[in-house]
Amino acid sequence: MKLFPDGPPVFSVTEIARYLKEALDTDELLQDARISGEISGCRAYPSGHCYFTLKDAQAQLSCVFFKGARQHSAAPELRDGMAVVVSGNISFFGRDGKLQLYVDHVELAGEGALFLRFAQLKARLEAEGLFDAERKRPPPSQLKAIGIVTSPEAAALRDMVRVLRTRYPLAAVFFSPTPVQGAEAPAAIAAAIDLLNQHGEADVIIVGRGGGSIEELWAFNEEVVARAIAGSRIPVISGVGHETDFTIADFVADQRASTPTAAATAAVPNIADFRLHILDKQRMLVMTMQACLDDLAETLQHAERELWRAHPQSLLDARHQSLDDEVALLQDRFKYILALRQERLSSLEMRLETLSPMRTIARGYAIVRRESDGSLVTSVQQVSANEVLTIQISDGTFPVTVGARQIAP
Amino acid sequence: MNTDTLSYEEAFAKLEETVAALRDGQMPLEQALRCYEEGIKLAQYCNTILQKAELRMQKLGMDEHGDIVLQPFELS
Repeated sequence: MKLFPDGPPVFSVTEIARYLKEALDTDELLQDARISGEISGCRAYPSGHCYFTLKDAQAQLSCVFFKGARQHSAAPELRDGMAVVVSGNISFFGRDGKLQLYVDHVELAGEGALFLRFAQLKARLEAEGLFDAERKRPPPSQLKAIGIVTSPEAAALRDMVRVLRTRYPLAAVFFSPTPVQGAEAPAAIAAAIDLLNQHGEADVIIVGRGGGSIEELWAFNEEVVARAIAGSRIPVISGVGHETDFTIADFVADQRASTPTAAATAAVPNIADFRLHILDKQRMLVMTMQACLDDLAETLQHAERELWRAHPQSLLDARHQSLDDEVALLQDRFKYILALRQERLSSLEMRLETLSPMRTIARGYAIVRRESDGSLVTSVQQVSANEVLTIQISDGTFPVTVGARQIAP
Repeated sequence: MNTDTLSYEEAFAKLEETVAALRDGQMPLEQALRCYEEGIKLAQYCNTILQKAELRMQKLGMDEHGDIVLQPFELS
């Protein structure tokens, strides 16, 4: 039996147009499709609607971005040449006979898109205060356990463990493994941080990942990771990528280190310092003990000296000493007095000598005496005529008889 | 004095106390000597801890009941 006895049916253009539209509208792939391409022929109208062509090397697609959808989408300014990923649904606009993509959302593709997402998330979290300096907790004073969040295969883990083993083997390490790139990474990293918090013994958590491209580090720019770090009761040190890489995780963390190795170094003190501290204390012990003993020795010596000074022998010696001194003093005095007397004697002798009558006599004077009784004659009144007198001159005596008396004028 | 079970931090804190007490300088000789000896012993104990310290590593995981499990962990 023939399906169409009068030949295949004839449809109107409208009917075909409606058919096409329905076929497209009910196709799952074409509704809510994401298509990447380059923008060209972009035109915006005063109405707020925007029309452009999305193209690649071999094909193109008309796009219409209505005002309402644009405002809702927070899409960037569209320009020709931009590489984008467009989301929307494809339909047929019968009036113009056009197959069109009705755009819900436009994203920058490639690195541009990533940078934009980074900037937007960063701004949003910063506005919430997640990056505030007051939120950042200092490293704990008591460090018994360290939590590490990183990939088990990565070099970052080996590097961090090596640093911890050298600097601070006193600590226990709790490793919470997670993939650090790929689609599953953000949620897994967040879960690894939460797990350490749930376990609760770590005093600090290091979140680390070695260097890589922006796409490879991207998990650490995801909001779920930022929220997990912000919500961690245990302080978090981030060490992601290289010196110049800054991820959102770095901004939220309590402390940012430039690499996983630097993060491990920052997390712990160095036991070399501890050895120095012990040495310091030992020195203080020895010095203090020595000073104590020296002090006692000096006190002892002082007491000995005092004792010696009070000893009877010393007193005796001292007395002897005084005595000797006194005797010497006396002797000196005596000598002095003797000398003095002798001098006086000599001077008296000399005077005596000077006053001696013999001197006078030697100069021509005579001593006159009465021969009868030897008494001195000092005046003419004492002599009478014919009396015999004795005259003593320097070298002898002779008698004389007094002649007639004469009184000296 | 039983020092065998002290942690490094506890032992070092005691060492600091000993030094401070000795420096205070008010002790009779007997007591000072004992204090000194105790201090030296504590310092040696601290050094021994540092010498013997080895980094202990364990891996965290979660079992099917949602409980945390710990496993010993060695770097490959």
